[in-house]
Amino acid sequence: MARRWGRTPRMTAATLAVAGLVTAAMTGCSALSGSASTSSSGSITLYSGQHPQTTQKLVAAFEKKTGIKVSVRSDDEDVLAQQIVTEGSHSPADVFYTENSPPLEFLQGKGLLSVVRSSTLDATPSKYNSPQNDWVGVSARVSVLIYNPSVISKSQLPTSVMQLADPKYQGKLALAAGETDFQPIVTSVLRAHGTAATLKWLSALKANAAGHLYPDNETIASDVNKGSAALGIINQYYWYRMRAEIGAGAIHSKITHFAPHDPGYVIDVSGAAILKSSKHQAAAQQFLAFLVSKPAQEIIGGHSLSYEYPIASGVTTAAPETPLSQLQPNSITIGDLGTGTTAITLLRRAGLL
Amino acid sequence: MTSSPVLDRSDPGPGEPGLHRPGYVAEKKNRRARRPRALIASAVLIAAVLALPLIFLLIEASGSGAAADARLIFRPLTAELLWNTVRLTVVVTALCGVIGTAAAWTVERTNVPGRKIWAVLVVVPLAIPDFVVSFGWASLWTWIHGFRGAVIVMTLAVYPLVYLPVAASLRGTDPGQEEVARSLGSSRVRTFVRITLGQARGAILGGCLLVAMVMLAEYGAFEIVGYQTFTTEIFTEINVAFSLPAACALALVLVLLSLIVLGAEGRLRGRGRVSRSGALAQRVSAPYRLGKGKIPALAGLVALTGLSLGVPVGSAIYWMTSGGHDSLTGVSMPSAALTTALYGLLSGGLATLMALPVAVLAVRHPGRARHFLERSTYLVLAVPGVVIALALSYFTEHYLGGFGYQTAPLLILAYAIMFFPLALVGVKASLARAPVSLDEVARSLGQPRLAVLLRVTLRLTGPGLVAAFCLVFLSVITELTATLILIPTGVQTLASQFWVYETNLSYGQAAPFALVMIAVAAIPSWVLGRFFDRGVADPRMMT
Repeated sequence: MARRWGRTPRMTAATLAVAGLVTAAMTGCSALSGSASTSSSGSITLYSGQHPQTTQKLVAAFEKKTGIKVSVRSDDEDVLAQQIVTEGSHSPADVFYTENSPPLEFLQGKGLLSVVRSSTLDATPSKYNSPQNDWVGVSARVSVLIYNPSVISKSQLPTSVMQLADPKYQGKLALAAGETDFQPIVTSVLRAHGTAATLKWLSALKANAAGHLYPDNETIASDVNKGSAALGIINQYYWYRMRAEIGAGAIHSKITHFAPHDPGYVIDVSGAAILKSSKHQAAAQQFLAFLVSKPAQEIIGGHSLSYEYPIASGVTTAAPETPLSQLQPNSITIGDLGTGTTAITLLRRAGLL
Repeated sequence: MTSSPVLDRSDPGPGEPGLHRPGYVAEKKNRRARRPRALIASAVLIAAVLALPLIFLLIEASGSGAAADARLIFRPLTAELLWNTVRLTVVVTALCGVIGTAAAWTVERTNVPGRKIWAVLVVVPLAIPDFVVSFGWASLWTWIHGFRGAVIVMTLAVYPLVYLPVAASLRGTDPGQEEVARSLGSSRVRTFVRITLGQARGAILGGCLLVAMVMLAEYGAFEIVGYQTFTTEIFTEINVAFSLPAACALALVLVLLSLIVLGAEGRLRGRGRVSRSGALAQRVSAPYRLGKGKIPALAGLVALTGLSLGVPVGSAIYWMTSGGHDSLTGVSMPSAALTTALYGLLSGGLATLMALPVAVLAVRHPGRARHFLERSTYLVLAVPGVVIALALSYFTEHYLGGFGYQTAPLLILAYAIMFFPLALVGVKASLARAPVSLDEVARSLGQPRLAVLLRVTLRLTGPGLVAAFCLVFLSVITELTATLILIPTGVQTLASQFWVYETNLSYGQAAPFALVMIAVAAIPSWVLGRFFDRGVADPRMMT
């Protein structure tokens, strides 16, 4: 049969196509595979769920300082966490950098993280670090109430997250129950008021937010800003970033805090960890040490458009927002937040997930 | 001389179109059919590769235990999700069926002005990422939300899945039957319904099948318009609950739903027959003269492309002009475009090659087992991309020690697996219509099977193969969730770079990537149009 190939008088379209594909494959190898070589000891791979504005600047500064090349993969942090578990002992990831603590706690629970060097942990207040010393806190954000003054007056706003269950907010509240930023609030309400009250509260929230159940904080921020919803809970930096993107002139919304120590007044911590499976432990430790060092924290606290709070090495934010030291958040800890599974169970029982 | 493939047709499988060949009836009794072994072996291998994601689902879901899975599946939210998913799938599939078929008939079979341009414009929406479409709509009108929003956004994004196979089918239709029907006094409408639609029936159903399956696994658009389905819930399980087993258990429900869809399509397809008056009738039918109908036909096409193309392109241009800070750095546009185009080319080629043996087996050598083999390959379309990517990650970790992970070949394979059914529909539709008697003549002249495949079958099915390739190419351009997991580190496609900018509210930077994605998509759409016109003295162009 093979002999017959040679006798085929004309190449068919398909043969031509195959030849074309092979040529394309050969010429396009670099376009498809990139030139990143992650095998040499002078390079690490970073799985990042953190917003890239900050990550890019931090990575560039680290590369310049140490000569260690950092290859960055960006995706949702929870997908990355699953991916790391699935990849197992052959995970290409050396460092995992996230916006929130639960994905790190999830990998910690699976025993996939290396202990962070103590000098690195010491740079950050211990309340923002892994209770088991398996990851280090890098930056923080705070939950706030976003509202549109043309739809709802300031005097009508709740002072506690519990009051959002009031029927007077029916059709006014926007809620992103699936957002990673909402679970800490649920955990916090649960800690303060117990299971029964939390469930009742969640059901009322679901009723009040009917028609405004959104997938993410960005949608809450933009819809409240447009006035299609009156108020919602977000992390402060979404509002600042929206303002930076669309310009102060297009901002029709404001943000405010709940009353001091309210269960809805919660700090979320962004952190970084080293994978046990990493073959570049030393370089990875160097990267974590850099993240909490003064130069890196100044990048986070500077005008990097991320609007997160620096928390290590005594650096404070330079962005025009309420300083971290002046916030009066609820006393809930990283350990209390855990991976958020209790909150998820409650959200499910309330029919929000 | 061994028997010809046609003899395998002595037991036509259920629901497969057959070709009418009275001359062979007596002959076939005398010879035993030879099993096309190489064909079966390659089709089985391909079906096995396509089953990998399904095996992964079972492994993961069983990891959490049947009791936990049952608790997860039988909770109140499931009924709500089921209702949401089903009603959306039914409505969007029906709308796409009507719009896709109407557009295909208007463009292919009438003398509507600007046919060649419409043929390109009507296809391009397929290559606009759903998240771009829904974002465009949602930023224009706040009432584009929930069920209503999901119907509008999805119909306008996926109707080309019906348009493409139907257009290919209408182009190749033998005009003889319509002429006969008309000459026998059948009215225009009756001829259209009975003959024209009848001949395109397989293509219409195939397209609708794709739409329904794609709807089951859709995610990005629903996230933006705030509509909850099984797939958004699967993402919630992964994104919020860190529960891959729960996500996989829910995905099994999706697979079950897609089995129902497949069954329904199989029933509807029935025993439809497609035949030609003459084996070599490559005649093009005279275009239907619209007369006064030209105005509404044009208005319909303008409205369709205006909504499906105009809104996303318009909003992309708006973002570009009003965009804010260039706060991020990413890969350059030409580099991302080249990467995307190459991935599209290679995956399109691979998927089409993979579809060939499965389609040839299904169409030319039907049988119950082969029928199930072919049908099983559609299930992968209902599995969300993120699950397919994690499945490949799992298998490379467990059986290859991580070899090949996050390399270009694995991503190309992932794309080919994800969009295999799209290729299969295109290949099958055209294969079912290529006169098998020509193969038989070639075989009777002593040509080996492979030569027949290359020199006869492939030529006759050319347009269908190109359609199959283009469907995959267009889908690869916009793929995001699997891309983010499997792409080599440091490489970005247009979609992944767009995503980085978009999720970080850098709309000004994201917009050009959306526009280039649309431009890249226009190339295969144009090629598709050209390919059909090639070498045919097209009477339509003279009117």
